[in-house]
Amino acid sequence: MEKLRATSSLRRSLKSILNRQLSSVSETRYLNEKRSCQPTFNLIRDHRNLGEANPIRYRCFSSVSTVVQRNPSFSTLNPDDISYFKQLLGEKSVIQDEDRLETVNTDWMHKYKGSSKLLLQPRTTEEVAQILKYCNSRRLAVVPQGGNTGLVGGSVPVFDEVIVNLGSMNNIISFDKVSGILVCEAGCILENLISFLDNQGFIMPLDLGAKGSCQIGGNVSTNAGGLRLVRYGSLHGNVLGLEAVLANGDLLDMLGTLRKDNTGYDLKHLFIGSEGSLGIVTKVSILTPPKLSSENIAFLACRDYSSCQKLLMEAKRKLGEILSAFEFLDIQAMDLVLNHLDGVRNPLPATMHNFYVLIETTGSDESYDREKLEAFLLSSMEGGLVSDGVIAQDINQASSFWRIREGVPEALMKAGAVYKYDLSLPVEKMYDLVDDMRTRLGDLARVIGYGHLGDGNLHLNVSAAQYDDKILEQIEPYVYEWTSKHRGSISAEHGLGLMKANKIYYSKSPETVKTMGSIKKLLDPNGILNPYKVLPHSLNS
Amino acid sequence: MKIMVAVKRVVDYAVKIRVKPDKSGVETQNVKMSMNPFCEIALEEALKIKESGLAKEVVAVSMGPSNCVDTLRTGLAMGADRAIHVEASRDLVPLTVAKLLKKLVEIENPGLLILGKQAIDDDCNQTGQMIAGLLGWPQGTFASKVVFDKEKQVATVDREVDGGLETLCLDLPAVITTDLRLNQPRYATLPNIMKAKSKPIKKFTLEELNVEIKSDIEVVQVTEPPKRKAGVILSSVDELIDKLKNEAHVI
Repeated sequence: MEKLRATSSLRRSLKSILNRQLSSVSETRYLNEKRSCQPTFNLIRDHRNLGEANPIRYRCFSSVSTVVQRNPSFSTLNPDDISYFKQLLGEKSVIQDEDRLETVNTDWMHKYKGSSKLLLQPRTTEEVAQILKYCNSRRLAVVPQGGNTGLVGGSVPVFDEVIVNLGSMNNIISFDKVSGILVCEAGCILENLISFLDNQGFIMPLDLGAKGSCQIGGNVSTNAGGLRLVRYGSLHGNVLGLEAVLANGDLLDMLGTLRKDNTGYDLKHLFIGSEGSLGIVTKVSILTPPKLSSENIAFLACRDYSSCQKLLMEAKRKLGEILSAFEFLDIQAMDLVLNHLDGVRNPLPATMHNFYVLIETTGSDESYDREKLEAFLLSSMEGGLVSDGVIAQDINQASSFWRIREGVPEALMKAGAVYKYDLSLPVEKMYDLVDDMRTRLGDLARVIGYGHLGDGNLHLNVSAAQYDDKILEQIEPYVYEWTSKHRGSISAEHGLGLMKANKIYYSKSPETVKTMGSIKKLLDPNGILNPYKVLPHSLNS
Repeated sequence: MKIMVAVKRVVDYAVKIRVKPDKSGVETQNVKMSMNPFCEIALEEALKIKESGLAKEVVAVSMGPSNCVDTLRTGLAMGADRAIHVEASRDLVPLTVAKLLKKLVEIENPGLLILGKQAIDDDCNQTGQMIAGLLGWPQGTFASKVVFDKEKQVATVDREVDGGLETLCLDLPAVITTDLRLNQPRYATLPNIMKAKSKPIKKFTLEELNVEIKSDIEVVQVTEPPKRKAGVILSSVDELIDKLKNEAHVI
């Protein structure tokens, strides 16, 4: 959809690009003026070199999303391919049914839709290896897919790529009760792993709203963050090993279960967060923390953003080792949740406050943690940091607090069109961006700010009744430039996918991106794994 | 008027319970405990009545080992004025609880006694009815709506019964046990939690109240319900009829 809408502004910017070229601006000057323009500039030059008659694939200056063209070097499916897959995987795992394809071609936000004609559901790593070996030899593009809950269009095809969905590989291979190391296949749903571990007295080190559908392979491939990162750290620290299949079908068995292993380059980190573009993760070995018996959660109201910040500093100091989550949402987010979700009520009495903070502590001694939390909250209240708050008295109340925070994305979906941005910013500056955006957008749309304040991660969302280019123009590239200016990340945890494939220069230097391109070329020379995503399109040409 | 609310400390409603390996009961070590949900509703109702001006004081009562005090603190944090803790080291059966409550009622003289309809750990649904019997007070159980009339000293209670709703008119003093739809319990706000720290909790022992706790009931065994067997997919109607006839014996 967005691709089509971009066409007119594309033509306009194309003209300006060509005009600038004709006035012979040097490449170096361009690089200094606008780093973000580099990709298109190179592309134009390449096109002219190749003598291509086709117009530019996509713009870069205008604030509209990318227009991508299908890479002509990829083959299209033919009946022989289908029969090969059927013979390899069996009839049931080769799906061409329209209705099922419709679902897997569309992302969770219904913003991106591909036109894949084939869905494969391998059940073993060997099958995945064979699939990729074949696709590589035939130059068929492939999209690895898990729970399809990604928010940047990275889990669905752009054109007719073959979808390889790992949902059928959902076995738990082993669990060591002493060390807490879990080894499982990539298609295990996160919530199922959480339940399994619950019976053993352990928990997963990550937790996110999508846990009912997302799969651990996808979580690892996207280096998912979530609600507990402030306590347990990122997946780079918790994943002890993984097994991945490369584009040519080669199997990399790095499924170690060792806490310490300094033998050679630690390649697994390449796959964690590369969003399926370097290889398909088929098994994961992850270190799980023990389940601690005492969980306490408080829902607090603060007058202004600087109180939220100071509260965070105090929490880290006074709650220290028991702090396990620190989330915030502004009053607009709370409004949205109360209006659009059923069975949700504001834990705090009548008067609406400006900011809400959710603090969770996890420890091993109920009364000790309780006292610590109450003492901290009492002093915060006396110090004026907190204007009101409640502490959950039982698990039901605790779940209702989490429902509010985890329900914001859902409420946003129900409210209409939503532009989602996931940014890492210095904590003092975080809310300034939200205020800025509010001023910029005025009556055009509603701006909502919420997120993992404990990690400096803001989820900036703009909600409107419908998608409208006028709104998008005001948001992009302003948001990215603002973030870049403060040396923040334009994608804290959501990844780049298709949505931000060309935006990486806002947060990474050209040399770094060039090296990433070399690695991609090394591991996937034909570029069949999740094409058009993650890295700028110019790197492929 | 004073209102007395009995609350019980039970395994939290949302916890996945497990049976102890020796089958003597449910695992309660290291498991989250909270106030019984029906007792929360009872306390909420009492607080509502006090806030509407029809009562002067709400007293929360709990019986059991020393950690019952946590539950009483929650009650005080919700808004109760005072609390009473009856120290008892063993599990108490409903009849014993009712006898103890009778003694406390004689000491405190409340105009209304509100309890949850049942506790979620034993599902007995007996205490309210027994105490009403021992005191000779009228009872309105499974209340889904309570309306007070101060002048006439009467409570109109809507009861949720199998056939629908039954409305009773009770002369005070009376016993009311609460059902799920009566109200939505409030959260314990920070200011109230702080205030609760200074509210008094009076302790009684069993000897002081002079009640014998010999129980006529002994729990012999606790087992899990049988696991659900997987279903079978049948391929024809004939097979279905055969199974219904020969395996399930229903036709």
